[in-house]
Amino acid sequence: MASIKISSVRKVYPGNVEAISDLNLDISDGELVVLVGPSGCGKSTLLRMIAGLESITAGEVRIGDKVVNKLEPAERDIAMVFQNYALYPHMSVRQNLEYGLKNRRTPKAEIEQRVNEAARILEITRFLDRKPRQLSGGQRQRVAMGRAIVRQPKAFLFDEPLSNLDAKLRGQMRIEIKRLQRSLKTTSVYVTHDQLEAMTLADRLVVMNAGRIEQVGKPVDLFERPASLFVAGFIGSPPMNIFELATLRQLPGTTLPASIPAKADLVGIRPEALRLEEPAEPFIALEGTVELIEPVGGESHVYVNLNGIETLATVVVQGRLAEGEGSHIKLFMPASALHSFVSETGQRVE
Amino acid sequence: MVENRPWLDALTHLVLVVGVLIVAFPVYVAFIASTHEPSAFVRGVMPLLPGDNMVETYSRMLGEGLELAGTPPVWLMLTNSFWMAMIIAVGKIIISLLSAFAIVYFRFPLRTLAFWTIFITLMLPVEVRIMPTFAVVADLGLLNSYAGLTLPLIASATATFLFRQFFMTVPEELMEAARVDGAGPMKFFKDILVPVSITNIAALFVIMFIYGWIQYLWPLLVTTQEQFYTIVMGIKRLMAQTDREPDWNLVMATVILAMLPPVLVVLSMQRLFVKGLVETEK
Ligand SMILES: Nc1ncnc2c1ncn2[C@@H]1O[C@H](COP(=O)(O)OP(=O)(O)OP(=O)(O)O)[C@@H](O)[C@H]1O
Ligand SMILES: [Mg+2]
Repeated sequence: MASIKISSVRKVYPGNVEAISDLNLDISDGELVVLVGPSGCGKSTLLRMIAGLESITAGEVRIGDKVVNKLEPAERDIAMVFQNYALYPHMSVRQNLEYGLKNRRTPKAEIEQRVNEAARILEITRFLDRKPRQLSGGQRQRVAMGRAIVRQPKAFLFDEPLSNLDAKLRGQMRIEIKRLQRSLKTTSVYVTHDQLEAMTLADRLVVMNAGRIEQVGKPVDLFERPASLFVAGFIGSPPMNIFELATLRQLPGTTLPASIPAKADLVGIRPEALRLEEPAEPFIALEGTVELIEPVGGESHVYVNLNGIETLATVVVQGRLAEGEGSHIKLFMPASALHSFVSETGQRVE
Repeated sequence: MVENRPWLDALTHLVLVVGVLIVAFPVYVAFIASTHEPSAFVRGVMPLLPGDNMVETYSRMLGEGLELAGTPPVWLMLTNSFWMAMIIAVGKIIISLLSAFAIVYFRFPLRTLAFWTIFITLMLPVEVRIMPTFAVVADLGLLNSYAGLTLPLIASATATFLFRQFFMTVPEELMEAARVDGAGPMKFFKDILVPVSITNIAALFVIMFIYGWIQYLWPLLVTTQEQFYTIVMGIKRLMAQTDREPDWNLVMATVILAMLPPVLVVLSMQRLFVKGLVETEK
């Protein structure tokens, strides 16, 4: 078990592609850090540099208190779980789990004991003698996890480990990974595309964009106080509604709440925070017609075509909306739920 | 595709049966001819049922050969051919596995050049470079030896190319997982890459074994002593007799015997082929 310290790390791929530029990140011992960001922002690259599968162009990666820049993956004492599992197809599940331990000349009795223990935790004891191709996707995923935990490494690195599973199984495995990580207390870095996975798994969430870190923090903090327009748009589903203050000002009979900073020229509001009834605090009122209603289980996503505003607004309504599509509704933006941004820098202002 | 239409079944069977007959009939005739007296084959009317000369013909060919034609016993030639084909097949597979491994998994200077150099030798089979190759082998004193028979035929662009193509379809994560698991390059090669290539290796082994088995020109050049003659040379020598009709029964017996080892190789590898067809997943 160890902390991971990433200092001023850069990665330039051949052909002068800069995938990571000057990135700093401290991951403390036992923490589960989730990396999210749009496709191609460098999440896998960062993870693979920690793993030692990709060379580090500049900067320093430390695992524990050792600089690992020049070490082979095996010498870094990390374990990695791949998206396609990368199980050795010709070996039985047991051999898959044993392989890394055998290579490190772990005593036979200890290998046996660790493999059995991992198999028990992951409930794959029944499959130990099967080949990977005789397993379902979810079972293979468990074996891949097993291969990581038998090694008892300093850190787990996950690159979208659940994205090949169907939604239901993904939910189950997500909970199991969280439980497993809690009980083993192994430092983990987890890359994902999935909002829900990111929000629920992370002790800390790292939002990346174009090779840089946009914001780091507790998932709730990122959700409640996104530091930039990018994070505001990326975290939360459906994404935050963003309006230009200039447009809002021109709406008939609107006075902007005094709480909006003078520098701001954009305000955002979460679809969940839009009200259908007038709130007690200062607010901005909007009117429009219901364009589309998507019933999503216990709640409904309502898309509203606002008068005087180009973009559709998204509203999340608990239960069902009384009005049907095409009907006229009023929306209220409570001042306390507004996020203010400066469009030029994309940063939040208070 | 699974269809259930009786007349279609019948038709496909008919086509297959006709195909098998066309291929198998000459072999059958060869076998029949090998069981009759020498004259039976050239009499004009060919017998279609086995004669009574079989034991005599086969034991004679296997045991003594035909002094008159300068042919050593068939079992000796079979052994020579077997070792020649075996060394060529195994040698080719080892060399091309290693070179494909180097080309696909290592970044070294002039890697592409190395690959294309190997590739270009595809255009230069032994027949094309026979004089220089012979000169080299002769200068090395390898005439009349297994080394001389096999070495020039071992270096193989075809197999290297096929293994390269296959290795490139093996997911890169497999190599990465092995690296994380502490396997060095040769350990990865031995523990993972070769086992996952096993069906390809089996297929190439069969092809290369047969390639080695049917070599004629090269053994003819490098062997002058009877003890190194190969079976294909032997057949040719049996047929090329001066002033008399070849003993067709002897020729055909030798042909039938020559067919057996490749057939056995194919049969023994069949299980792996079928496995390779069924398990497409890596
Ligand atoms: N081997 C490579 N050579 C050159 N450029 C590469 C290489 N691998 C990745 N890149 C580039 O580096 C950038 C980051 O890639 P990376 O795979 O880290 O993205 P990612 O965030 O993991 O994306 P995704 O979510 O789609 O997996 C991309 O622009 C990609 O095109
Ligand atoms: Mg990726």
